[in-house]
Amino acid sequence: MHKITRTDTASSVVGLSNVHKSFGALKVLNGVSFEVNRGEVLVLIGRSGSGKSTALRCIDRFETIDSGEIVVCGHRVSDPKLDLRALRQDVGIVFQSYNLFPHLTIEENITLAPCSVKGISKVQAKEQARRVLAQVGLEDKLHQYPEQLSGGQQQRAAIARSLAMQPKVMLFDEVTSALDPELTGEVLKVIEALAADGMTMVMVTHEMGFARGIANRVVFMHHGKVHETGPAAILTSPATPELAQFVGTGL
Amino acid sequence: MNLNLDFAAIFERWPAFLEGALLTLQLAFIATLLGTVIGVLGAIGRRSSHPIIARICGVYVEAIRNTPLLVQIFLVYFGLASLGLKFSAFTVAAAALTINVGAYTTEIIRAGFDAIPRGQIEAAEGLALSRSQIYWHVVMLPAIEKVYPALTSQFVLLMLASSVTSQISAEELTAVANYIQSDTYRAFETYILVALVYIVLSLVMRAGFWLLGLVIFPRRRRLGTPL
Ligand SMILES: Nc1ncnc2c1ncn2[C@@H]1O[C@H](COP(=O)(O)OP(=O)(O)OP(=O)(O)O)[C@@H](O)[C@H]1O
Ligand SMILES: [Mg+2]
Repeated sequence: MHKITRTDTASSVVGLSNVHKSFGALKVLNGVSFEVNRGEVLVLIGRSGSGKSTALRCIDRFETIDSGEIVVCGHRVSDPKLDLRALRQDVGIVFQSYNLFPHLTIEENITLAPCSVKGISKVQAKEQARRVLAQVGLEDKLHQYPEQLSGGQQQRAAIARSLAMQPKVMLFDEVTSALDPELTGEVLKVIEALAADGMTMVMVTHEMGFARGIANRVVFMHHGKVHETGPAAILTSPATPELAQFVGTGL
Repeated sequence: MNLNLDFAAIFERWPAFLEGALLTLQLAFIATLLGTVIGVLGAIGRRSSHPIIARICGVYVEAIRNTPLLVQIFLVYFGLASLGLKFSAFTVAAAALTINVGAYTTEIIRAGFDAIPRGQIEAAEGLALSRSQIYWHVVMLPAIEKVYPALTSQFVLLMLASSVTSQISAEELTAVANYIQSDTYRAFETYILVALVYIVLSLVMRAGFWLLGLVIFPRRRRLGTPL
């Protein structure tokens, strides 16, 4: 309904242009622009408070922007008449704190949205749940409750829950920050496999080694702006002293 | 001091006590059921972003919580009468108790809703669930589970408070007792027995809520841990 025709960059999945966002007097995004094409992995990095989460949340309209434009899979996110639920069917988001629904089994967590939003049958949804759980290596946890899983398993289940909606782009906000290194590895492996499958992704991470391996494009945020951007190589040979300092301390 | 208790004349009336007990349970059951519906709607209303709806629900809760139950019962009783509407005392009692417990339930369930972490709702929104779907599938059950002990106590309290409806001659356990004691002149014995019957009713209700909890909270039944 509220879609724009995609003429210029047909493969652009997420586009931010000159996005501004303040919380009260605090300017968090100060003219942020970047673009993610189909099948690309964009990694957002930057110091704490630089606005990475805010930028990510604006893409899925968890925050409304003050000015600028965001277009995601043809939805004009900045349009007040946006069909929010249509946008969110195209966008999967995974949070640091998993946020699985504690009163539902893993299977119920995964089938809830496909059944009630897309209206697919219970049988079909369960079959799909099995498939996405296999994708994250948790086939055997179908009938467990979230609290019976380790942190890493819960995060993988949350990724599976998102995948079941067959999103066109996935957003990850520091999805391994609550995990110890061992569990972090198993979650990152799942994300790597997704990337290899061609999933379009925007992710915030502090795992620099991982970012180097997976990113098609890196965006370094600093003081609410895109301070430096480029291929993963900028992490090893940064052009600006700020990024140099950031990767220096981050390694 | 000589205490002279004689229960013989009282025990003879056991069918009347039984009937009174069943009527009290019936009153409590109706008010619990309808009160829960009011409580859920009231809690959603109080959290509504629509200021007028939130306001109306707030006024309802405060009005009920700051007036005595007996006065509320009289208001319903004489209010309906002055409108020319005729209902049985039992119906009036059920209505008044429902209105009363609905307000307390609204507050309890609202506390349950407020206890659901923001992240749960964001995760559901991120999955494109609608507002009503989020309430129904994501918020409702954990919220009720969190406040289930408080709800149980509130409804048991309501059952006990229903004795006040004997003031408008609603037929229930206390009204039966009032009648029997004036008939037998064995007031103390009558109320001792009535007190015991109320204790049994309370235990029955608590057991009922415990069983209901096993049915509606499958996670708790399987894992046994609080949410
Ligand atoms: N809802 C909000 N209300 C007010 N201020 C907010 C809100 N959300 C974020 N902020 C502020 O905006 C700034 C940017 O926050 P943001 O979460 O985007 O940073 P970040 O880059 O993700 O940091 P981190 O690495 O710590 O996650 C911070 O100063 C934060 O306190
Ligand atoms: Mg953040």
